[in-house]
Amino acid sequence: MKYPRIIWNSVWPPAVVVLILLSLWHLAVVLFSIPEFLLPTPWSVLERIYDQWPRLIAATGRTATATLLGFGLSAVIGIVSGSLLSLVPLARRGVYPLTLLLQMVPLVAIAPMLVIWFGYGLPSVIAAACIVSVFPVIAGTLDGLQSVDAGLAEMFRIHRAGRIRTWWSLGLPWSLPSVFTGLRIAAGLAVIGAIVGEFVGAFGGDQAPLGAVITSALKQNQTSTVFAAVTLAAMLGFALFGFVNLAGWLLLGRWHESAR
Amino acid sequence: MTNVQVRLRAVEKVFPGGVEAVAAMDLDLAPGRVTALLGPTGCGKSTLLRLIGGVETPTAGSIEIDPLPQIGFCFQEPRLLPWRNVRRNVALPLELARASRETCRREADRRLEMVGLGDAAEFLPAALSGGMRMRAAVARAFIADPTLLLLDEPFAALDEVTRLRLDEEVAALVRKRSITVLLVTHSIAEAVFLADEVVVLSPRPARILDRFEIPFGERNAALRGHEEFAALQSRIYNVLLAGMEATS
Repeated sequence: MKYPRIIWNSVWPPAVVVLILLSLWHLAVVLFSIPEFLLPTPWSVLERIYDQWPRLIAATGRTATATLLGFGLSAVIGIVSGSLLSLVPLARRGVYPLTLLLQMVPLVAIAPMLVIWFGYGLPSVIAAACIVSVFPVIAGTLDGLQSVDAGLAEMFRIHRAGRIRTWWSLGLPWSLPSVFTGLRIAAGLAVIGAIVGEFVGAFGGDQAPLGAVITSALKQNQTSTVFAAVTLAAMLGFALFGFVNLAGWLLLGRWHESAR
Repeated sequence: MTNVQVRLRAVEKVFPGGVEAVAAMDLDLAPGRVTALLGPTGCGKSTLLRLIGGVETPTAGSIEIDPLPQIGFCFQEPRLLPWRNVRRNVALPLELARASRETCRREADRRLEMVGLGDAAEFLPAALSGGMRMRAAVARAFIADPTLLLLDEPFAALDEVTRLRLDEEVAALVRKRSITVLLVTHSIAEAVFLADEVVVLSPRPARILDRFEIPFGERNAALRGHEEFAALQSRIYNVLLAGMEATS
């Protein structure tokens, strides 16, 4: 099957569902006469995006920068820590249960602490995006490395391959499908982490990213601006997810079912 | 090529949980010859091969291998890395021994030609048939010029015709090099066809029931039609059967 056809076949079903949902939303607002400050129509959200395009696109750019840096950091930290936990069994038993804390502790509760530690602006937002998205990468890497085919691992032992060499030539490629599963989950979480981080630790005014736009619009009852910012944040999440999927397809498409 | 001699003395292997796989085994693998270990499924013959290969350590007894061998392994499954093409799979042992990229490529291509896979060097394992994957595994076992070749039921999962053809190809490769070979199989015909000596093992724990010298010289497809080939198979079958009945 040709690539344009593959892309078309994977795009049109969700596009149709989105169109149906938007129509239902619009109908509900009109039929029940819901005031705009409670729920704007999809059309007024689009209008707001159009009206405030320069401000919103700049805000999206700032959030995208923090998200990408936070996600990149969590990818590196996640893969390195997952690999270390796999290579050192004692560390796995001692440290891995504690990494669950990254999932358990609510980000909203620790975001103010990040501002204290890293200051206002980009660093605390990056830290928030990283903290909330790193666990799935650690778990994915560790699961992948621990599920390496026993026969292949034995073959490497027979050829007297060292642990690092075995990790590089066998463990890492073998675990890539589950690493990418972790990265796909992390992509969405990184956007959430950045937005929550921005609620607390971002500059406002001309430097405002999407999270700060949302809090400022909420205070002024500009619900359609809130929806416009949320829409752009969701699109950012989709774009990052798509990028991870593309990377996964490029790396795994030739040999692993999960990426075909 | 220096012929490798393998001596097992009073070797025992008991797995955690108390499963006794090998009991007081004395065995000599004659240098430059093919020895087949034949026994029922689960009798401990693969454990013996893994002990000799150094993958397992014996619970008691000693294993002497002289001189230190370059071991080539061929397993029941091809064990190819799905993300590497056939050439890079075949070259893996050399790569792990830190050979140069050029050497890896040259030697892998040479071995692939040897097993008739010269045209498939760039293919991924998923694009190959079962027989082609096993050929690639055979090429990998030969890549480091092994002085001791350990074959663990290498063609057990293949169809009969492919299996017979691969037996003939391996017989030709092994005899050309006169290396010490240990073949583990539960196929009497395969053992008689490939080996110079067949060692028949009892059900677990593995003990030697009998040994058979195989008198044939050259191994080719026509050998399978000889009366003596059939007679040897029949004698070995009777020993195997008696061993199984004695323990049941």
